[in-house]
Amino acid sequence: MEERDFDIIVIGCGCAGAIAAYVAAKKGKSVLVVERGDFAGAKNMTGGRLYAHSLRSVLDAYSDGEIDWGSIPFERKITHERIAFMDIASAMTVDFTSEELGREYCDSYSVLRGTFDQWLAKTAEEAGCEVICGIAVEALLRDDSGCVYGIRAGEDEITAQVVILSEGANSLLTERCLGAPRPKPSQMAVGIKEVFELPASTIEDRFLCAPDEGAAMLVVGDCTHGYTGGGFLYTNKDSISLGLVATIEHLQEADTTIYQMMDDFKKHPAVAPIIRDAAMVEHSGHMVSEGGYDMVPEYVHDGCLVAGDAAMLCMNLGYQVRGMDLAISSGRFAAEAACAAIDAGDVSASGLAAYRTAMEESFVIQDLKTYRRWPQTMDKWTRMFTEYPTMVREAMNAVFVVDGEPGIPLRKRLWPIAKKRGVFKLIKEVGGALRAL
Amino acid sequence: MMRKLKPITVNVEALISANKYNVDESNKHIELAAEDLSTLPAEEFGKLVRVCPAALYKERDDGSRSFDYAGCLECGTCRIACEGTILKKWESPQPGMGVMYRFG
Ligand SMILES: Cc1cc2nc3c(=O)[nH]c(=O)nc-3n(C[C@H](O)[C@H](O)[C@H](O)COP(=O)(O)OP(=O)(O)OC[C@H]3O[C@@H](n4cnc5c(N)ncnc54)[C@H](O)[C@@H]3O)c2cc1C
Ligand code: SF4
Repeated sequence: MEERDFDIIVIGCGCAGAIAAYVAAKKGKSVLVVERGDFAGAKNMTGGRLYAHSLRSVLDAYSDGEIDWGSIPFERKITHERIAFMDIASAMTVDFTSEELGREYCDSYSVLRGTFDQWLAKTAEEAGCEVICGIAVEALLRDDSGCVYGIRAGEDEITAQVVILSEGANSLLTERCLGAPRPKPSQMAVGIKEVFELPASTIEDRFLCAPDEGAAMLVVGDCTHGYTGGGFLYTNKDSISLGLVATIEHLQEADTTIYQMMDDFKKHPAVAPIIRDAAMVEHSGHMVSEGGYDMVPEYVHDGCLVAGDAAMLCMNLGYQVRGMDLAISSGRFAAEAACAAIDAGDVSASGLAAYRTAMEESFVIQDLKTYRRWPQTMDKWTRMFTEYPTMVREAMNAVFVVDGEPGIPLRKRLWPIAKKRGVFKLIKEVGGALRAL
Repeated sequence: MMRKLKPITVNVEALISANKYNVDESNKHIELAAEDLSTLPAEEFGKLVRVCPAALYKERDDGSRSFDYAGCLECGTCRIACEGTILKKWESPQPGMGVMYRFG
């Protein structure tokens, strides 16, 4: 094979990139990571919760026990799951806690990318990678046959046997240099988030959690004023991450802007007390891909593999958002395939095809396939964001409100509430949703 | 069909002032198809007004418009909404420039 500056160049030091670099370095390859932020994490935002299984398996396989799980800068272990149906002035919340949620490999943690990504970068560096921050890759270098052999940033050209592209959801290079289609407004959502500082003990009191433990909350309904999307809340050590996600296609025609939705959400009677007296310390925005399996572009190219959000590996199920665990595993698989291809002396797409096999055999592609119909189901199910939360309010009021009037049996109070929405339609919609899950 | 916007009561400028930025005065990393924003089609500009989480695309009651890339969160949402119609350029800011999240 031809001489190159590095065995592997990784573009982007997020979850996918840092793990790809770490694995490749552990396998003895020379690795350069180029990150456009001034430090890893400087440009990144997430909701925030990492499902730990994928990071655990990477560390099990590669860290030789060097990394103590307790030293990873997670915010809190999530032991309380909340789902809320929100209507304009009401909310019905389910609060679930169980031992299984906290069990090893089923555990999940809230994270802030500022700290978490710097830990990822440091871990990659300690494994031997070179990490350069503050430089954005502008183009991929391709030879006459189209094979990628390096990157261009400003005046500099740097070459490698394999380039791993993990640039995240705003995938400029994947589109401009690898020909992936630009995601449609129906396939992408915008996320808006604010971080609110609060003393740890206040957070524990407000969420009834043990120290170091915390809650995740997802919200459907009026938080997006009836448009497709949802709200999220994660407890960090000394802060709360609160935000909204809304599908661009509907939002761009809506009667409210995303930032006004966010402001209304913060003032909702079910949310305002949670952030009472807290200082807002950051207002951020980031895209989420939510088109599911059908929007995953070609991720194996001659000399180049695409990992993480750049390959649109993200699932937004409404009650669950997953992207970081998919990014971590795809980064690992990409690195493993790249190293094997370099060793075998064939970095063409067919030489790198082990990446596709590993992805298809793992939860990454399998889960995306399982929930393949969900994005379309969600998208059409507008009543989920309008009528259902109102129905929930009416039903809960029928159960709980005592006004001194002579009682009507509960079933007679509930029946008209369901009937108004069309009982068969309700059954059909809920059934349809369950089939897509 | 684009709906009429309900009144906007929030001041996002005050919110994004909590963020850390290195504003690149010399390089506009996002450019629209026309310098004179009033010439851009209302449907398309209206999309940008609704989707930008930093409220950088503005349309006032008197119809006047503005766009200020300085508070950009670099999310790319405007690109997905309008690249190819009224959004002409979307690049990463120059090295060391743009938003710098401390929490993320
Ligand atoms: C609002 C919101 C809520 C979410 N909630 C969750 C959640 O609770 N749980 C979950 O698992 N996932 C969640 N996700 C998804 C998750 O954040 C992503 O799937 C994950 O961050 C993807 O990791 P990545 O490494 O692929 O991309 P990123 O983390 O985006 O990393 C890409 C990196 O590449 C760098 N980069 C980009 N272009 C260049 C370039 N040209 N040159 C050099 N560097 C470049 C970027 O600066 C960045 O560091 C959420 C996302 C959002 C927006
Ligand atoms: S990239 Fe995001 S924050 Fe920046 S102008 Fe576009 S929509 Fe607004």
